[in-house]
Amino acid sequence: MKVQELVDKLGLKVLSGANGLNREIDGCYISDLLSDVMGNAMEGNIWITLQTHKNVMAVASLKELACVILVKDLVPNAETIEQSNDDGLPVLQTSLPTYEIAGLVYNLLH
Amino acid sequence: MHFEYQVYEADFVNAGAASSAIKKTLKQLNINPSIIKRVVVALYEAEVNAIAHAYGGTIYADIEPDKITVKIVDTGPGIPDIDWAMQEGNSTASPEVRDMGFGAGMGLPNIKKNVDKLNVSSTVGVGTTVEMEVNFI
Repeated sequence: MKVQELVDKLGLKVLSGANGLNREIDGCYISDLLSDVMGNAMEGNIWITLQTHKNVMAVASLKELACVILVKDLVPNAETIEQSNDDGLPVLQTSLPTYEIAGLVYNLLH
Repeated sequence: MHFEYQVYEADFVNAGAASSAIKKTLKQLNINPSIIKRVVVALYEAEVNAIAHAYGGTIYADIEPDKITVKIVDTGPGIPDIDWAMQEGNSTASPEVRDMGFGAGMGLPNIKKNVDKLNVSSTVGVGTTVEMEVNFI
């Protein structure tokens, strides 16, 4: 599944990195601890988090994740948006809390 | 090939820059992607450690045909008990750093899991040197 399809099916808002909406999704990882994501997320994963600072993009990019979903309408800072656009790695937003969006993503991927 | 990068205290905005540059170089050299992934995890953690815990430092990376050797030399408070610091969950990070999602006590364990050789030496009040090696074959 492409990130674009995830956006369409779950009604996510594309905040940045729209040039990466054709990235291919392979699984999902949920954590707000950066070292946990660094150590355990896999290439192509969706990353659901409440962290909004620029290091999120550094980790997502280094791990070659498919996209980042920010929960609860959280807004990334300007540096995060800039990095997301530069890397073509989409930052998406949902109004749902982590548990609810995780359930929807799970159903979509399984 | 020899590379050097400076990292600065609390400069979280640039955390990952050195890792990203080295990753790009390793890709250009057609190193096995699964090996690049391991190098990147270890390097990023070491980079963040120098930024979060030290007063800054220098990353020296040497890429040879069969391996990469990275040495991170920081000036900082040093680590009084390296064995304690190597255990998952142990961290001395500040509340601010923890709020950013760092300081989970997973940095050094992540490094250890991903490298073939690791040496951490530290002098309290002076700084810490982390040396690591990942074989390409």
